[in-house]
Amino acid sequence: MKPLSVPERLAKNRFNLDEEESHIEVNQEIARATGTGRAIVACCPAHVYAEEPDGTISVEYAACLECGTCLAVAAPGALKWHYPRGGFGVQFREG
Amino acid sequence: MPEVAEPDFDVIVVGAGIAGCVTAYQLAQQGREVLLIERGEAPGSKNLSGGVLYSRGIQEVFPGFLDEAPVERRITRNCVTFLNATSSVGLDYQDARLADPVNAVTVLRARLDPWLAGKCEEAGVTVMPGVRVDRVLTEDGPAANAAGAAPWHANGTTGRRVVGVQAGDDELRARVVVAADGVNSFLARDAGLRPKDPLNHLAVGVKSVVSLPRETIEARFNLTGDEGTAIAVVGDCTEGVGGGGFLYTNTDSVSVGVVVRLDDLTAQQKVVTDIFDHFLAHRFIAPYLEGGELAEYGCHLVAEGGLKMIGEIVMDGMVVVGDAAGLTLNTGLTVRGMDLAVASAVAAAGGIGAALENKDTSKAGLTGYRERFFASYAGQDMKTYAKAPAFLEHERMYKQYGELFADVLYGAFSLDTRPRRHLLSVARRALAHSPLKMRHLVSDGIAGGRAL
Repeated sequence: MKPLSVPERLAKNRFNLDEEESHIEVNQEIARATGTGRAIVACCPAHVYAEEPDGTISVEYAACLECGTCLAVAAPGALKWHYPRGGFGVQFREG
Repeated sequence: MPEVAEPDFDVIVVGAGIAGCVTAYQLAQQGREVLLIERGEAPGSKNLSGGVLYSRGIQEVFPGFLDEAPVERRITRNCVTFLNATSSVGLDYQDARLADPVNAVTVLRARLDPWLAGKCEEAGVTVMPGVRVDRVLTEDGPAANAAGAAPWHANGTTGRRVVGVQAGDDELRARVVVAADGVNSFLARDAGLRPKDPLNHLAVGVKSVVSLPRETIEARFNLTGDEGTAIAVVGDCTEGVGGGGFLYTNTDSVSVGVVVRLDDLTAQQKVVTDIFDHFLAHRFIAPYLEGGELAEYGCHLVAEGGLKMIGEIVMDGMVVVGDAAGLTLNTGLTVRGMDLAVASAVAAAGGIGAALENKDTSKAGLTGYRERFFASYAGQDMKTYAKAPAFLEHERMYKQYGELFADVLYGAFSLDTRPRRHLLSVARRALAHSPLKMRHLVSDGIAGGRAL
């Protein structure tokens, strides 16, 4: 099987994007102070998080596969993460 | 127990996965008014598993399960492989008896779960998809329950009674709420039942479903008809991070993935997708997938703490089932979750039914769920394998054993024109060159024998 990048993989999935509301919010200060930023960049299978040149963490919430791993590794207060509103987000067809 | 307002339903189940659907189905069969709420636009659309379901339990719930439900393949071949960078040593167990009676099947949850929800509807459950439950509704609970003189578990001392759920602006009330909302269970946390789990009890699974023609799958995995293979891999597949890889055959696709422990992943500062890429590209894994097309990419948080993960699963007005209750079990050979979800659902439906019958849905009234679960095979298995998670955390399992086994076998198979030595002497020599010591083999052998 030909190797695919994460965005190429995600392109095979079906998403129902909630254009009005992000379900993820990073507290940049706490994320930086606690190392949460690096941790969530490394552990997210969908590459939702990226470290920008200025050290802040950007969030591509549309790519989220809703596993909750980022929330599990985040220090208290560093990350607000909940499920997208009903009907929105990834829609698995295989599962 | 004073009831302020007449509830809208006897029971509200949150989450239409296996645990939620089975609980809802059995309660409806008892004649209860049940609402099943699902945040996905359709049941199954948020659900994902590795894919092996040990199916005896669910066959008891749905006698026609194997013929009617959209299952993929019946697992008759189980492989457990230590994978090194350039060698691999495995156990390959194929047995026609595993097909009759069927013991395990592969499933794809976006196909299976709609079938389960359909069974719920047939039984009279009101299924409400596309709705996210935001929080549980609580009221002041009984300060001291007469029936519960014993002090509650610390986490269960919420002093609150769950009376329903809130979804957006809607409040829905029930005599009992069932949190079947998955491993992240915001409901159990919201109700104060589940503190944040330690990272060594959590793992992230990353999976691709790769489409392949069914004849190719059958030829590649040595299968006939709808038989299937489950391959579990430890070692180089996770680049030394605690965890493993898997390959499961579906009808016309293969589910391939890795599961890595979060404490080890963060400590070693590895990127989870690099580990997955490494596995997919491995010289002994890639050939299985050759020519395949990616159908879907997904991931899932996995509770790996075993018995330790199960905290308080009953409180006034609410019970927690399936993944939400931390019910998964890795015994080294079998990785179980969905069958435990079924067992907890059956226990919960029984316990809730009894509580409704007795008109006592307090924690004490619902405690029959916990008792039934721990009396079931699933609850007993959780106790039997209570030491397995700690044993499987040893990094020796993921690095050194596979190499040692391969070195011994290389010594045996590589006829290099030098005179042969007996196997025991080859093994002793391989051990001398391994970072493993005899005491590790002895202690791991004893601990493994006791834990697994």
